Amino acid sequence: MESIYLTIVLAPLVAAILAGIGGRAIGRVGAQSVTILGVATSFALSALVLKRMVFDGAPSFDGSVYTWLVSDGVTMQVGFLIDHLSALMMVVVTFVSLMVHIYTIGYMRDDPGYQRFFSYISLFTFSMLMLVMANNFMQLFFGWEAVGVVSYLLIGFWYTRPTANFASMKAFLVNRVGDFGFVLGIAAVLYYSGSLDYSTVFAHAQAIAAARLQITPTISWSAISFTCICLFIGAMGKSAQMPLHVWLPDSMEGPTPISALIHAATMVTAGIFMVARMSPLFELSNTALSTVLVIGATTAFFMGLLGVVANDIKRVIAYSTLSQLGYMTAALGASAYASAIFHLMTHAFFKALLFLAAGSVIIAMHHEQDMRKMGGLRKYLPITYWTFLIGSLALIGFPGTAGFFSKDALIDAVGRSHLPGAGYATVCLTAGAFVTALYTFRMFFMTFHGEERMDHHTREHLHESPWVVTLPLVLLAIPSAVVGWFTIRPLLFGGFFAGAIQVAPTHDVLGAMASEFHGPGAFLLGAIAGLPVWLAVAGVACAWLFFLKRPQLADAAERRFHGLYRILVAKYGFDWFNENVLAAGARRLGGGLWRFGDQDLIDGVMVDGSARTVGWFSSVLRTVQSGYLYHYAFAMILGLASLLMWLLWRT
Amino acid sequence: MNAFSVAAFNSGLTLATPEIFLGLAGCGILLLDLLIGDERRHWTAALSIAALLITAVLAAGVEVSGPVTALGGMFLVDAMSQALKVVALVIVAVVFVYSIEYMRHRGILKGEYFVLGLFATLGILVLISAASLVTVYLGLELLSLCLYAMVAFDRDSGRAAESAIKFFVLGSLASGTLLYGMSIIYGVTGSLELGTIAAAVQGGLATNIGLLFGIAFLIVAIGFKFGAVPFHMWIPDVYEGSPTCVTLFVGSAPKIAAFALAMRLLVDGLGGAHVDWGQMLVVLSVLSMAVGNVVAIAQTNLKRMLGYSTISHVGYILLGILAGTSQGYQSAMFYTITYVIVAAGSFGMILLLSRHGFEADRIEDFKGLNARSPWFAGMMAIFMFSLAGLPPFIGFWAKLGVIQAVLGINAVWLAVVAVLFSVVGAFYYLRVVKMMYFDEPVDAARIDGSPLMRAVLSANALLVLLLGIAPGALLVVCAHALP
Repeated sequence: MESIYLTIVLAPLVAAILAGIGGRAIGRVGAQSVTILGVATSFALSALVLKRMVFDGAPSFDGSVYTWLVSDGVTMQVGFLIDHLSALMMVVVTFVSLMVHIYTIGYMRDDPGYQRFFSYISLFTFSMLMLVMANNFMQLFFGWEAVGVVSYLLIGFWYTRPTANFASMKAFLVNRVGDFGFVLGIAAVLYYSGSLDYSTVFAHAQAIAAARLQITPTISWSAISFTCICLFIGAMGKSAQMPLHVWLPDSMEGPTPISALIHAATMVTAGIFMVARMSPLFELSNTALSTVLVIGATTAFFMGLLGVVANDIKRVIAYSTLSQLGYMTAALGASAYASAIFHLMTHAFFKALLFLAAGSVIIAMHHEQDMRKMGGLRKYLPITYWTFLIGSLALIGFPGTAGFFSKDALIDAVGRSHLPGAGYATVCLTAGAFVTALYTFRMFFMTFHGEERMDHHTREHLHESPWVVTLPLVLLAIPSAVVGWFTIRPLLFGGFFAGAIQVAPTHDVLGAMASEFHGPGAFLLGAIAGLPVWLAVAGVACAWLFFLKRPQLADAAERRFHGLYRILVAKYGFDWFNENVLAAGARRLGGGLWRFGDQDLIDGVMVDGSARTVGWFSSVLRTVQSGYLYHYAFAMILGLASLLMWLLWRT
Repeated sequence: MNAFSVAAFNSGLTLATPEIFLGLAGCGILLLDLLIGDERRHWTAALSIAALLITAVLAAGVEVSGPVTALGGMFLVDAMSQALKVVALVIVAVVFVYSIEYMRHRGILKGEYFVLGLFATLGILVLISAASLVTVYLGLELLSLCLYAMVAFDRDSGRAAESAIKFFVLGSLASGTLLYGMSIIYGVTGSLELGTIAAAVQGGLATNIGLLFGIAFLIVAIGFKFGAVPFHMWIPDVYEGSPTCVTLFVGSAPKIAAFALAMRLLVDGLGGAHVDWGQMLVVLSVLSMAVGNVVAIAQTNLKRMLGYSTISHVGYILLGILAGTSQGYQSAMFYTITYVIVAAGSFGMILLLSRHGFEADRIEDFKGLNARSPWFAGMMAIFMFSLAGLPPFIGFWAKLGVIQAVLGINAVWLAVVAVLFSVVGAFYYLRVVKMMYFDEPVDAARIDGSPLMRAVLSANALLVLLLGIAPGALLVVCAHALP
């Protein structure tokens, strides 16, 4: 089995190297062929692994393949932990990646960096697989950083655009903040368990829970809460939770395929995956779980609101991604890990679909992304229209779609949690259903319905995208529509993640739901009567009324609630705060320290000052060397006399 | 004193074969030199070098299993004396190689330099093997008188004459002090033999104030020979004023003699009074490190700067001796040997760069050397780094050894002082490196020098690097010499 796992990981890496280094030699067709072949191999083998584990009952695998180094008893190695959780993630990652590879052929057709792009996205696939397949923190961190690097490279892919460079730098810096917490968390894990291997660490979980972290003689923190919150800070950076979310909307500066692959379907879910993977640790700390729950719910609601005022089609989807990541995080906080992973999976399908469909619109509009210049595209882009509709329905949780099953179960699960903050979270998530529907269908109506607001030239050239673009849309639309129906029972209630995810009995909200679950049909009927579905319908209706039927109502509302509108347009001022307080403050502090600490104190007083002192001393001593013989002789006699005096004085 | 026995005296002569050979060779070359014309003078040099190398082989070949005293208790051969003799002889041979071209360019390629050098070396050998105060004095005076003459040997140079007279007067003062100290010690212990003196000191004389006064006088002489503050005043003037080839000689092999002088007198003879002379050496050592390193910064003349550098290195050598442990003696011996190797190379570089009418003894003369000759700039950089005590050069291990020695006697403050002043010292060595690599050359003349000199100088630098990477062999020699 090891060779299969190695192949899964290495095929995209080899392809990335070939396309990246040999890109000029093998040409555009060569680059696309080799990378698609590599990712297709990974996908086929991942699917085989999942099938063996789920249907043939193959045991999970945990072993190392290469020992990198041993230092002071800590072994750092490359190893794989393949269980249901990682197998499912592998299939999702490789499937979406494969779709995006195919789609890229059409989307990047005219780009001079064609081979480079393929190399990057294959490299990303490799990094993401390393992350999800890791059996130790070292490799997890490697994958974590590697996806961060590729994300940085891809956001700044069009490196001649200043906005792209700014966005890539922003993503990198914000992720550094999260990574700092993550590294601290890993260090805490190493400190308390003496190992980086998951299995050893989880075996020591109770010991970590019993330990206290002494801050001052009188203040001590729970070690497990500290560890988990530090790890979660890493997840906040990668999965864009408030207040570390600011990089994700800007990352839309990158080409659309990577928005779909990295900033919607896979990389940003790394944080969700990581917390689920660490469930044996998080389960031991209610403090950490409550933190996760509150931050997730806050992100889910407040980031969704921003989607209502955004006009760039990709940014709307980006805010919806933030909001949906908030949903998943909230589920993690409520100990409904399976529910979070379930939503992660369905979200990967429909969000990738939405991004790729938006990309198809953008191609048709000649790289125009402002929805105010679209409208009435339905008749020009029929395939895009229908797939976009399926994606939108899945996103708002329309009954029967994949998103419905995962989201409705998720809200239900959070509602049953008894952790502090669960009530607040439930309100946020339920209200979020309305907001989601509002911004989703605002986008949908503004893009595909209503009057045609594009200019004449653009309208003349409107046509459906080529098959390499529409094929992935169709292939992604199918799971977006139906996958929930088939997978809700095994994933949520069938013990699918037994062994991979641990839930304490007192936190087991999904277990409580299992007794009331009588098949997807009954779930469907039961949920239709529930609040979230009706809120979603209301959201769609509002969107129809405000943005299609009576657009003047929207303008009136904008004037009426001018203050609120301003806050939303300013994105709650996070960017302003970061740029003017954090960044400017840090620069001022750095400048001050440089001037006072470095220039004046270290350079001026300590380095130059001591040098000046020595130099002065030197010039004074130099004059003693007068050149006169009697001075020299006198010095010798004086020296002898001093020695003799010392002897006398001593006795 | 033991009863005199002719048979024992004769068998003792075999132990002194190297000294006897060198003395005869010196006399022979002195006579031969009269027959050689000025244009063939390099034969004198070649013969002198051959004599030195043969003596080195003889010295290495003397079989000794332990310390052997011979010639009526005057002469001692042990592992330390063998090692120091071989090093001193080889170093003098290298010095001669470096000197030939320099003297030829100035028309002072005379036999006197080599003959005086050979006799000075004989003095060093005698001093190294001294087992009695008389032999110590004999060796020291033979060495010193030769050196005075060598300093003055460029007779048309006023500065050389001035230096020589300073050196001579101060040296005589030191000599007189030494003699006075010896007489006090003879008066207290009743013996001239170091072994007997040692036994007497161990036997309860260690606190005798008369003996301690004697020691203080000896310390003055040792300090003078080493060039330790405050008995260092002659060093900068003599180094600067002498012809560079003589500076090279004065700056290298006699340091080994000074080390032997200190070891013979203080350790072999007065080891029982270590507490007292150790404290005196502490003062000398700290002052030397401070004054040497600090004043070197203000120098513009490279020879003078290296003179102050010598003073500071003497401070470090004294650190090892004052520790009074075998680890300390070993580290001091290691330091002395490595310092002599590096010093020979540094002065060799000045000789290499100098030519007719140009001394190359200002620090500015090394500006932009890298542009003129990357190879020799690299060699000079190796010497400077080694003097500064940077790894992986030999000077690092030397400093490490003496600092470990003082840490071994729990004199942490001494170690801290040593490290701090080595930081100060790094400045002026690195300034030379900076000038070689980052400044524009002021002098575009081609670097010549005989192929032999270039080869030996390169080997000298590479040895500094090689020993720095693998110092084990030399450490073993020192450990064997001073168990």
